Amino acid sequence: MSVDKTQVAKIASLARISMGEAELDRMVPELNNILDWVEQLGEVDTANVEPTTAVIANALRLRADVVDADPLTGGNLRERVLANAPDAEHGFFAVPKVIE
Amino acid sequence: MTDYTELGVAQIRDGVRGGYFTAAEVADAFNAAVAGATSLNAFITPTPDVAVRHAALVDADRAAGKELGAMAGVPIGMKDLFATRGVQTTAASHILEGFVPEYESTVSHNLWSAGAGMLGKLNLDQFAMGSSNETSYFGNVVNPWRRTGSDVALTPGGSSGGSSAAVAARIAPAATGTDTGGSIRQPAAFAGICGIKPTYGRCSRWGTVAFASSLDQAGPMARDVRDCAIMLGAMAGFDAKDSTSLDLPVPDWEGALSADLKGKRVGIPREYRMDGMDPEIEAAWDKGKTMLRDAGAEVVDISLPHTKYALPAYYIIAPAEASSNLARYDGVRYGLRELPEGAGLQDMYAATRAAGFGDEVKRRVLIGTYVLSAGFYDAYYTQAQKVRTLIARDFAEAWSECDIILAPTTPSAAFPLGEKSDDPLAMYLNDVFAVPASLAGLPAMSVPCGLNGQGLPLGLQIIGRELDEQGVLNAGLAIEARAGFDARPEKWWG
Repeated sequence: MSVDKTQVAKIASLARISMGEAELDRMVPELNNILDWVEQLGEVDTANVEPTTAVIANALRLRADVVDADPLTGGNLRERVLANAPDAEHGFFAVPKVIE
Repeated sequence: MTDYTELGVAQIRDGVRGGYFTAAEVADAFNAAVAGATSLNAFITPTPDVAVRHAALVDADRAAGKELGAMAGVPIGMKDLFATRGVQTTAASHILEGFVPEYESTVSHNLWSAGAGMLGKLNLDQFAMGSSNETSYFGNVVNPWRRTGSDVALTPGGSSGGSSAAVAARIAPAATGTDTGGSIRQPAAFAGICGIKPTYGRCSRWGTVAFASSLDQAGPMARDVRDCAIMLGAMAGFDAKDSTSLDLPVPDWEGALSADLKGKRVGIPREYRMDGMDPEIEAAWDKGKTMLRDAGAEVVDISLPHTKYALPAYYIIAPAEASSNLARYDGVRYGLRELPEGAGLQDMYAATRAAGFGDEVKRRVLIGTYVLSAGFYDAYYTQAQKVRTLIARDFAEAWSECDIILAPTTPSAAFPLGEKSDDPLAMYLNDVFAVPASLAGLPAMSVPCGLNGQGLPLGLQIIGRELDEQGVLNAGLAIEARAGFDARPEKWWG
């Protein structure tokens, strides 16, 4: 399978990366080279093979249902959560207006 | 007077513990070495004050008669992929430039608890995506090694290129690395140092900038096998904050080091012998077999039939996970925001990510988005995960015939900066020998075994069973003891 410029533009839009015409033109052959190369995986007979979900067997753990059990990742850290925000107002992350 | 920059992890720790010198003296010496090697561009953010502060804590503990940790007084370089509280953490990207974490990664926290100090944040390929340290927003790292009689700048490997260059140039006795598909082992090989990626789950991923979560593992890079064993012990351990962290005790890897391989079987995978292989790499591999045989091991031929499919499977799985992980960089919560005049929220996302990500990161996010998109998911992603199962099965079957596997680390020695940067596929092939162990989650290490005809170091790779870091380190030690690798780059940098 290969991709054309329209498809690459669609993928870039799905990935929320704005791309100009020149960049799209450059990406098309680069992505196709990679896609052509990974195509060889189709040769492998994978009937009756389960896809990998965990590489090292490990059971998922449960934790006690306690609010803010971990002081590092618990609540009441508003200032620290907002410390790196490009724009914060009134204790919230600020973004451009979404609804007209 | 001792030149402290000549000392490794064990020597510094023992010297500080024994009171032969202070952590402060060591930190000062390495801080000066870092300041005197800016032309390597190994560090994005040097933190001499942090190193001095960490050293003072260790010296105060010693004065108070407290027991000192496994890394007591050892100043290290920290790959700039680990979140460090109060110190800029960039992942070598523009999108995270200026990001100052409010928290500490578990791995770095463990190292500081063990008495290590931080010389600074090391350069890397952007988001750890690259094999030559040429995708960093903060410029290329230059390998301290040069070909004999040449001043052509060579790559230190990637993605942990700042780490490998810093250790090889002796401006840090050791450094952290991360390995997703060879990012510890390949740079270690290119710089003539040791590096080990442990079993997936040994080191917590909490606070490490995520690239491909099912593959990412932290590990140490240092001048010798013992130093790697010590530092890995300090980095590893169960962490409830990482759902894939292994809830197992950390073995005393340093204490159990032994270069006696009697009774061990070393597998040589025939599929790693590729057409057109560099004869010097092949010769190094043969030399490795002889060394392990001399250490008492039996060498056997094995087969890992799906080897050739590992790299293409990796280049579906890793970008797929990356496209998902990197969705968080949206210009809202941290990092860069690009807000063109009159732009709405969606435009802001797209403009931020366009300005903040480099070309290789964009390429991988696009590939990942494509292989996960409706209609292509099964053909690409599911098929790659099935091939991954077969690759892991190849290893599982091999373990009935051998205890460890010996292979080259890389298909070549370090190459000139710029040589492969225009050809993503040629760059990807650097990791052909490293990726299979990553896909199977196995511990694997690179140790230097000698110089090629151009005077550049070559590495040998040892792959072990899951959780058998000891077996890997011991085989590494056996090679190290016999290779007698004491070559070092002649100082040209300033």
